[in-house]
Amino acid sequence: MLLSNLPALQVVVPLVSAPICLLLRRPGHAWACALTVSWAVLAMAVLLLRQVALEGTISYPLGAWATPWGIEYRIDMLAALVSLVIAIIGAVVMPYARRSVMQELDDEHIGAFYTCYLLCLTGLLGIVVTGDAFNLFVFLEISSLSSYVLISLGRDRRALTAAFQYLVMGTIGATFILIGVGLMYMMTGTLNMADLAQRLPAVDDTRTVRVAFAFVTVGVSIKLALFPLHIWLPNAYTYAPSVVSIFLAATATKVGVYVLLRLFFTVFGIQFSFDDMHVGDIVVWLAVAAVLTGSLVAIFQDNLKRMLAYSSVAQIGYIVLGIALATGAGVSAGIIYLFNHALIKGALFMALGGIMLRLGSVELRDLHGLLRQMPWTVAAIIAGGLSLIGVPLTAGFISKWYLVVAALEGSYWPLAFIVLASSLLTVIYVWRIVEATCFSAPGDERPGLREAPLSMLLPTWLLIALNLYIGVDAGVLTGLADTAAAALVEEALP
Amino acid sequence: MSTLLGHYNYWIVIVLMMTGFYTVIARPNLVKKIIGLFIFQTSVFILFISMAKVEGGTAPIIEEGYSLYSNPLPHVLILTAIVVGLATTALGLALVVRIQEAYGTTNEDDIHIQDETD
Repeated sequence: MLLSNLPALQVVVPLVSAPICLLLRRPGHAWACALTVSWAVLAMAVLLLRQVALEGTISYPLGAWATPWGIEYRIDMLAALVSLVIAIIGAVVMPYARRSVMQELDDEHIGAFYTCYLLCLTGLLGIVVTGDAFNLFVFLEISSLSSYVLISLGRDRRALTAAFQYLVMGTIGATFILIGVGLMYMMTGTLNMADLAQRLPAVDDTRTVRVAFAFVTVGVSIKLALFPLHIWLPNAYTYAPSVVSIFLAATATKVGVYVLLRLFFTVFGIQFSFDDMHVGDIVVWLAVAAVLTGSLVAIFQDNLKRMLAYSSVAQIGYIVLGIALATGAGVSAGIIYLFNHALIKGALFMALGGIMLRLGSVELRDLHGLLRQMPWTVAAIIAGGLSLIGVPLTAGFISKWYLVVAALEGSYWPLAFIVLASSLLTVIYVWRIVEATCFSAPGDERPGLREAPLSMLLPTWLLIALNLYIGVDAGVLTGLADTAAAALVEEALP
Repeated sequence: MSTLLGHYNYWIVIVLMMTGFYTVIARPNLVKKIIGLFIFQTSVFILFISMAKVEGGTAPIIEEGYSLYSNPLPHVLILTAIVVGLATTALGLALVVRIQEAYGTTNEDDIHIQDETD
């Protein structure tokens, strides 16, 4: 009974627990509630992935209303994988959150903080499991509205302007998606994605459908911060509370990528998206621009959170690059990259959160000689940085390897070259961190500076360990990603 | 001419949408930006609602003598979207209040100047 309702429970449990967090006035209680829910969500995500791997795609009619009239939750391999990413990050970040949130937020805001976190989790999971285009918009807005609040809770007043800028851009993006959904509904009379996929080819050749495609593509690109629509991202990640930076950097943009995959491959179909609309030709250049400018700008940042934020823009570029190839190998590489990057960025932002807690700053000049006082945190940053570069035996190597192989398979030599060249740019900014923390003499005395607390170090190193594990044995992940990619590409080729 | 006038609802949508969009982009005042954003969203509500109209159709209530009904689904969708829009506006204005408290201004240009001199 419980098992068959898992797709709905995965969304309903965090949604219902969110107001409970607000009612539990004590910060500790709200945290315990959010922690329990995050772990329950992880358990459900694992069970769902197992079910999908064994039995194939799950279709769950919400409220037992038959599709395509009712809202359908549809979980295929891709959805199961992405919800696992979200659930892992959520489950790892919660034990970490207690200390960090206690220090960075006022007591009276903590209950509201966990409420918004759970709402954001609800929205992200909802986007992934839903098979209904309008429902997707609603979940997108749930996750976006709560993330605006989360970002605005940052200490610095610039968090407010960052949240405002994100609110304006995010709302424009979401409204664009709404326009696109409306135009599709106009032509087909349906909102169910599988149903849309069947009915759209008949009306493919109309201006309405092409305009709908353009609107949703641009709308989603704002959400996933594809160059040049990324300007909301660096400020949002820099000034948000540490826990929010971790959670959003690791999940929010990844879910945007998921929506892009869904629209290009499942709803519109590979033929329409890539052959008729040539979206691949456009997006591939945007992705290349994102990779190069993101990495270049990251080199010149002195604030580490901002450096990693620009690096995120570049990494989104890599993921979209794989998708733009529109081959099984390319999409699979994109999915692997998505999974690994969530782990890498999560770990790196977690290490920075530890430094923020002890030092109160993540400016490069304040971190000189930090290795001596916080060896484990700095080691985590170095390990994560190596993974970001793509050194063998780390997850980053696996994702870049598959991306380069996919590019070469399609004989896109310049793309493979750009991937490798921009890895060198990554070396430069990672080296700046290493140089400051390990080889520079500390400028001033920092008496009483200690290693980050265990409750924050353990989650960080858990993600690093996962990173290294995938770097050594990526068989399971690549197998699942290949299945997901094959389903997407074939589904679109009837 | 008839296609131009026959689709007058779309013209209204486009004019509203561009008015809102322009306000968001061009106005430095944050409150005006939020107003523009809401006008922008409202235009999409009208797009949805006007496409539900079936010529000669009546309200979708089953009764003797009526067989042609307007489509109720877009109305329901927009009811949800209005709630979302309202939440966005409320949150946006709340942020503007906090920005006013922190910076002492709601003008985007002044905020930039203050951020740069920090």
